Amino acid sequence: MTGNAHAEKQVCITGAGQSEVGRPSSKSALQLTVDACMTAITAAGLTPRDIDGITTFPGRSGDTGGFSPVGSTEAMLALGMEPTWIGASTEGHAHLGAVISAVQAIASGMCRHVLVFRTVTQAQARLRSRSSTLLGKAGQPSRVEGANQWSVPFNAISPTNMYALYAQAYFDKYGATSQQLGAIAVNARAMASKNPNAIYRKPLTLDDYMASRVISTPLRLYDCDTHIDGSTAILLSHRDAARDLKLPPIHIEAMGMAIGGLGYGLHEGDFTSLPATRAGDMLWSHTDLTPKDVDVAQIYDGFSILTLLWLEAMQLCRPGEAAAFVEGGARIGLGGELPLNTSGGQLSAGRFHGYGHTYEACLQLWGQGGERQVEGAKVCAVANGGYGYGALLLRTD
Amino acid sequence: MPEASTEARPEPKRQLPLLEPETAFFWTGGANGQLLIQQCAACGTYQHPPLPRCRACHSADVAPVAVSGRGRIATYTVNREAWLPGLKVPFVYAAVELEEQSQLYVFANILGLVEAVRIGLAVTVTFEQHEDVWLPMFEIHDDR
Ligand SMILES: [Zn+2]
Repeated sequence: MTGNAHAEKQVCITGAGQSEVGRPSSKSALQLTVDACMTAITAAGLTPRDIDGITTFPGRSGDTGGFSPVGSTEAMLALGMEPTWIGASTEGHAHLGAVISAVQAIASGMCRHVLVFRTVTQAQARLRSRSSTLLGKAGQPSRVEGANQWSVPFNAISPTNMYALYAQAYFDKYGATSQQLGAIAVNARAMASKNPNAIYRKPLTLDDYMASRVISTPLRLYDCDTHIDGSTAILLSHRDAARDLKLPPIHIEAMGMAIGGLGYGLHEGDFTSLPATRAGDMLWSHTDLTPKDVDVAQIYDGFSILTLLWLEAMQLCRPGEAAAFVEGGARIGLGGELPLNTSGGQLSAGRFHGYGHTYEACLQLWGQGGERQVEGAKVCAVANGGYGYGALLLRTD
Repeated sequence: MPEASTEARPEPKRQLPLLEPETAFFWTGGANGQLLIQQCAACGTYQHPPLPRCRACHSADVAPVAVSGRGRIATYTVNREAWLPGLKVPFVYAAVELEEQSQLYVFANILGLVEAVRIGLAVTVTFEQHEDVWLPMFEIHDDR
């Protein structure tokens, strides 16, 4: 038995909220943030004054690209909160780093409730700068330093290029095909068509996918997620404080985390797996549940290939078998053995940057999935990240 | 004045690496025709990108050494998107596994015919000078 030794066993999700999604949104980044946070807080039956912790990923970013326009302090002020614990997670296990920190803060007794939010306004910013790459501004060469020096001088300017290296190696080693990979994008769009807050809801067929332009072989346009403006908030509470709240508590049955060198030019292995494998190993070592118990999965899809690699890292598929598993889409659709990315994921619902996956997991476990509700969903796996890796196993009673 | 044509747009300049204390040797080794990779004198491990110490044994006794410049294409992608106005596509971006050590990767463009590129092909380094930087590039190795 794994018992209650792990910090996450002390913590539940008690609220969740999401702002409108826009491309662009007419609302300010702070307004989107407040919308998402207030929805999460009121869903739990609480007020901002009840919340004694707040954190975000990654924290306010100085860039003008809309990657992280709102920090914890601004959100705290705007919400009229008086938290005892405040944080941000610039480095760490990608998007879920902030959730993991919040779990630690609660389990250690620093606070009882932590609001975790993530705001992006990349659509608004894109309209201003017209830039979609690792270069700050197109056509203004200055010297590149740090991690980007291993790609940008070779005109591999987009993250698409790096994940294409993984996709090509995976295709080559396991004989995976574009038709198989395309099932991820087609499934995402089918799910998004049932999600009123998704950015792309028009049906997409595998033929449409195959006809779409190649960005960086073997990745096509529809293998890449899409920038949006929006905010998501997740409310975490100590399990003792969760009992009397409005919604049934969602237990964090297990969590896992790992870091690798992808963002720094250091690659482990042969480009067919991610260090995320270690996050999956940790997650399953914290629980008596097994991958067979997972009813629905929200798996990171910043690029479709990441979903295949994460399915294997989470042991939901064996190494090299994820592409065949998703082929045709039946197994990952509603009614399939593992409904996948039921919001439409980042490919079709929009790049809420990890937080859309956890939010959707909550909706599913509260039975609030509407047309896309997976019947009887009690256990949901969540996985986030391409550079750093975090995973959650969520369950209801 | 003749009408501006998009075809005639000049190729954008490559954004070059900043020459920093830890990495400058890698970007300038091509001036002498050498691919320089950091090696640990204590345990013999090569590492790239360069770091202040050896990741394997933590020795500070790390220094650039010239390697053969030969390797194999570990993985690659054919970039078809013109990320910048005038960027010439398609081009190949690849991870080259150097023959000196398993999973010792250098990232670069593969020159020559895009259609010829495959995982596993043997490649040899060549250099392209841009200002004070010698970008390593790789050509498919011809044994004949
Ligand atoms: Zn050493």
